[in-house]
Amino acid sequence: MPRKYHIDVQATPNRYPVIGRSGIVDWGEGCLKCAQCVKYQCVYNVYRERSFSSDILADTIDQFCKNCFRCVQGCPKRLIHKTLNPEWEALGDDIYTPEIVSATWTQAETGKIPVSGAGYGGAFSGPGFDSMWTDMSEIVRPTRDGIHGREYISTVVEISNRPFNLEFDSVGKIRTGQWPFARIPLPIMFDFPRFGDLSERVWQAMALAAAEIDTMMVVPAEQAQALAEFSHHLVPFLEDDRLDGALIERHRMVQIPDGENAIERVSRLKAMKADLLVSVRIGAAGGPDLAARSAELTRAGVDLVHYTADERGYEAGVENGRHIKDVARNVHGVLLQERLRDQATFMVSGGIAMAEHVIKSMLCGANLVAVDMPLLVALECRVCRNCVAGARCPVQISSIDPRWGSRRIVNLMGAWHNQLLEMMGAMGIREARRLRGEQGRVMFIEDLEEDTFARLLGNSKS
Amino acid sequence: MRYRNVWSEVPPAEVVNTPSRFDHAIGPFNVVISDACDHCLKCTAACPEKVFESRGGKLAPPKDHLCLGIDCSTKSTRCVRSCPVGAIRVGINPDARALGDRRWTSDLLMSTWHMAETGRVPKNGLEYRIGGSGGGFDKLRLVFPRRLPRPSLDKDSIDTSVTLNRRNDGRHKIDIPIPVYGGGMSFGSISQITMLARIRAFAAWGSFTCTGEGGYPEALYPFDDHIITQVATGLFGVREETLQRVKIIEFKYAQGAKPGLGGHLLGPKVTEAVARIRETVPGSSLFSPFPFHSVYSVEDHKKHVDWVKAVNTKALVSVKVSTPSDVDMVAIGSYHAGAHILHIDGSYGGTGAAPDVAKKNIAMPVEYAIPKVHNFLVEEGVRKEITLIASGGIRTAFDIAKAIALGADGVVTGTSDLVSLECLRCHNCESGRGCARGIATTDLELVGLMDLQWASQRIINMLACWREQLREILYRFGLGSIRELVGRTDLLAHLDYTSDVPDDDIRDQLR
Repeated sequence: MPRKYHIDVQATPNRYPVIGRSGIVDWGEGCLKCAQCVKYQCVYNVYRERSFSSDILADTIDQFCKNCFRCVQGCPKRLIHKTLNPEWEALGDDIYTPEIVSATWTQAETGKIPVSGAGYGGAFSGPGFDSMWTDMSEIVRPTRDGIHGREYISTVVEISNRPFNLEFDSVGKIRTGQWPFARIPLPIMFDFPRFGDLSERVWQAMALAAAEIDTMMVVPAEQAQALAEFSHHLVPFLEDDRLDGALIERHRMVQIPDGENAIERVSRLKAMKADLLVSVRIGAAGGPDLAARSAELTRAGVDLVHYTADERGYEAGVENGRHIKDVARNVHGVLLQERLRDQATFMVSGGIAMAEHVIKSMLCGANLVAVDMPLLVALECRVCRNCVAGARCPVQISSIDPRWGSRRIVNLMGAWHNQLLEMMGAMGIREARRLRGEQGRVMFIEDLEEDTFARLLGNSKS
Repeated sequence: MRYRNVWSEVPPAEVVNTPSRFDHAIGPFNVVISDACDHCLKCTAACPEKVFESRGGKLAPPKDHLCLGIDCSTKSTRCVRSCPVGAIRVGINPDARALGDRRWTSDLLMSTWHMAETGRVPKNGLEYRIGGSGGGFDKLRLVFPRRLPRPSLDKDSIDTSVTLNRRNDGRHKIDIPIPVYGGGMSFGSISQITMLARIRAFAAWGSFTCTGEGGYPEALYPFDDHIITQVATGLFGVREETLQRVKIIEFKYAQGAKPGLGGHLLGPKVTEAVARIRETVPGSSLFSPFPFHSVYSVEDHKKHVDWVKAVNTKALVSVKVSTPSDVDMVAIGSYHAGAHILHIDGSYGGTGAAPDVAKKNIAMPVEYAIPKVHNFLVEEGVRKEITLIASGGIRTAFDIAKAIALGADGVVTGTSDLVSLECLRCHNCESGRGCARGIATTDLELVGLMDLQWASQRIINMLACWREQLREILYRFGLGSIRELVGRTDLLAHLDYTSDVPDDDIRDQLR
């Protein structure tokens, strides 16, 4: 059996006490000092582990409590109460919700898949990625192997502008030359975070992690220069052509912004180095032209079209912009119509906050995704945006030990990788490449609603 | 005195007041008595809900979970003003906000506890019908006619029973008097007390409980006629002898909370007893693989059904599947394979442990699957020959009524039974020693937190309250039997498609 791709995770503790969901309000006044205090009977030994944190000047009980309410219901004088931790509720935003931030921290710490008891407790559905479900099958698909075939599930994807077919000359000799491609073992690249308490150490941590899991990371050109030792795993983003000559030698792939003369520049770069992969980053409002533009770029030989939504996953700078899942469906459809789908490699980024978003983006039509913010959240970022306002980072991310940081990111990706395997196992899909635009494994709420409630109950609409 | 062995007795289906087993039950309001209290006990007479009681001539800690609220307490004749020393304070309970989630809101938890304690719908304004998930059942409403269609209907004789064998094939004829039975929870994922409590409670109502995939502990033998034994992919504890004990055998192809993934019981929960029943090794994690590796087609599936039918020549066969987009095809396949019951388990169903990514994302919510399957079976002309059971997110009597109106014959519950045992959905069933509240654990100390008789009675009470609610709902629809409700989507409205939907609270008096 060939060597299997495996992400080696190891427990990597937080530097700062975690902000937990629940808080305990404990009125010492009136305490009976009863010998058999509920606090000593805590199933999770919370009260024994609690300590006073000098960082946040408070009891650090929140991170241990598991919400069983035994102490609340057991205290004879009813002095113990529970609340939601306001600091926890204030974490993040509508996309990086407190739940997602907490879950990301845990995965970065342990490298394990979040598993819990009892059924799903969240909303029925929601905007963006929460408006779709992945499919599975019970009986009728003989290809599926389930969780016990997971060692045969491959998450490899390729980045290339692949010719639609091979060409042969009249004597049967292959005419199509070698075309460059990169193969990465999971459908996730790293993209530079849009904001953050960034420093050399942070860049190093991210590059180290990208190298360890053998993916690639898009970085600003100046960082690519500073991190020369990781050049195999870095994709310099060349805003303009000043550094083109200096940087392309060491790198497999470079990225340039889309613009009027982007196609011309792609040819120039390819002329400088024949096996260079070139990616074009489409950042600003893509609009309906995005799909056409993606087709155009693919025809022009661009290896990777990278569409970046805003950090929430919506079209940047557009009122009521589409979510990247809808952008991906649109681009995928147009590429299919144009008979370019197998040639193009299309990547989306922005708003990819959980492992499920990776799969969902791919089912909608992306070949792979890039993550940005979760890399920082793995480093304990609270998505407070203090740094954007120029204020101090509450967890001083810029001062991390790069090895610690890299372990945390590797852990997160290890947990995500396992979640991809779980979902692919349930779908009976053994190749991440087959996820791209796989309409047979996805259900959209608009279709389910149309088939169900709109059809059965919709006639009374007023 | 004769020795009564409650462990083997089916209790009567009667409501018996069964308060919380913890010192302080949680409700929406807090009643605090200050040190100024001189135990004059005037408050005990002022409160209609008996929040205040005396114990040994002194005022006992108030049962504030029964409190009707601040408005009630400040009326001239009620507790706050009747206290001569002003020692009573009533306020919102801050703990309530920290409880629950979107599907099981703190209101729904507290109202289910209330039903399990008293057998009645709470009076204090708690929401008891829906959760806060913002979709599916939580956006569906029952649309009662403005005027009672059949005022002469005798509420107490309204039929809530369901026929489980509709094939007329010489096998057991089973009608259950309530449209609900208990879903599979294995020994190991829950304690033996929890398991027996569910079995006894459903048996009291003449219904069934599924063993789940954890074998058939000897303690269950007295209840053979009320047990569904499960055959799942791990085949843990499945023997010919266990298949022959029961009247219904359930094949579990998949579970709604983790469809396509199989089961996983973590090592620490595999105690000596669990390992013995499952015929495995203590302390070592147990996997139920997905799928049945002997079933890769509907033909294979038929072979499976034929096998158990040969092993037990009288038993009914239930097929439990989750809800992929081709669930209708699976349904018709199961019908042709000879199943009596098709049990669809939607994606938001319960579990003792599952990856969060699976619970949230894989397969469709049961609200979509029920009409899909029901209508397809009707089109295929076989709907009358198979019983359609829905589960995976059925929390309340209203969910039951909605599921049936969407096309199911009955439902299966699991989480609500545990909530009636004071589960508060902290989601930690799987970690370490298991449930801190002694429900989903095999830890010897934690198991001792719950008494069998108490637990059985709590579930009996909840089911009693559900049946009363269902009867009231049918009464308001003018239906004499719950069978007439099946597929009546015309009695439902969905907030996204209809405006001005009237409130369907059955606490409101009929005019």
